Amino acid sequence: MSAIILFTAVSIAQLMLAAAMAIASVRMFRGPRAQDRIIGLDTLYINAMLLLVTFGIGTGRVIYFEAALVMGMLGFVATVALAKFLMRGEVIE
Amino acid sequence: MMQSAADMPVWAAIAVAFFLLIGSGLALIGAIGFMRLPTFYERIHAPTLGTSWGIGGIMLASMIFFTVSSGRLVFHELLIGIFVTVTTPITFMLLARAALHRDRAEGNGNVPDKPNRSQPAREVLGESDPRRG
Amino acid sequence: MLPYPLLTLSLILMWLLLNGFTPGHLVLGILVAVFASWAMASLRPEKPKLAKWYLLPKLFGIVLYDIVKSNIAVARIILKSGRRSHNPGFLTVPLDIENHTAIAVLAVVLTSTPGSAWLEYDSNDRTVLLHVLDLDNEAEWRDTIKNRYEKLLMEIFA
Repeated sequence: MSAIILFTAVSIAQLMLAAAMAIASVRMFRGPRAQDRIIGLDTLYINAMLLLVTFGIGTGRVIYFEAALVMGMLGFVATVALAKFLMRGEVIE
Repeated sequence: MMQSAADMPVWAAIAVAFFLLIGSGLALIGAIGFMRLPTFYERIHAPTLGTSWGIGGIMLASMIFFTVSSGRLVFHELLIGIFVTVTTPITFMLLARAALHRDRAEGNGNVPDKPNRSQPAREVLGESDPRRG
Repeated sequence: MLPYPLLTLSLILMWLLLNGFTPGHLVLGILVAVFASWAMASLRPEKPKLAKWYLLPKLFGIVLYDIVKSNIAVARIILKSGRRSHNPGFLTVPLDIENHTAIAVLAVVLTSTPGSAWLEYDSNDRTVLLHVLDLDNEAEWRDTIKNRYEKLLMEIFA
């Protein structure tokens, strides 16, 4: 019983997160300006991180948690660097 | 898959499913809003749905799942939660400032000007101070 | 000996959360945390002073409640079919707090609440520029920021 509930919930959650990632990447490709693309990337990696945590719940392994933690840290640094580049790189030299 | 899930009590499974669906639903709504809202400054609000209670819900689900299935208290997911709650405002603030900067420099959009009372004030101060410059 | 006791304690906690609690990891975590806080001390950041730390749980509760409330409000705005169902706008709020840590906490609180985003802080005339997704009554937003958050933060970081 509880295995069925968990399996259904994890599958639905993974579908929703995958849809959120798809939408974020559409905005990343379409986004009218660079800042829209960067926020698209930010949303994309946060949803990917959540997807990894749901994989961890699905398989019962803890290793996915560490992957998610690393992903969050690298994504944060990447977004900050890109935002800094937008401020310093293009408009003002 | 789901080796340890079969011997979980039903209430725990329902709680995990509830928080999981709330979290991923909020993340999806955030992404939809990110697609639909018309301007950049409105779009910046949408992903915070996913980064506040979206992450919170999925972290709670993971904490309940691993605590019940392993029989001991597992709450290292809190680390991801704290980390994301602290870092997302920083990225969004930097991006919003970059966007303001670009919009002001190019003069497009209806963004408010830099509060320009500060600039003359500093100049007046500089002129009245003979030691300066 | 310990220049930043709170930082040291949270580093030890983080180490134990990541590695699991064993006596060996406790000793290793304490060593790492003490050396890291000495390294932090040699950077000489501005030291935050907590005057009424017992009010922190109250702030935490208020913020969690507000985040739930504004999550629901923003989700409703997004899911509504009409594209112009809300009234976005910029908002300039003068601030009274001067403590840098308190301002940082306020920025994190306001940005992680969906529906309001902190854009920039002008330290010359001490105003902050916010963007609000649903600016129907401006007075209520000002009242929330000034009375609900800022007063509490001024008490905590006196």
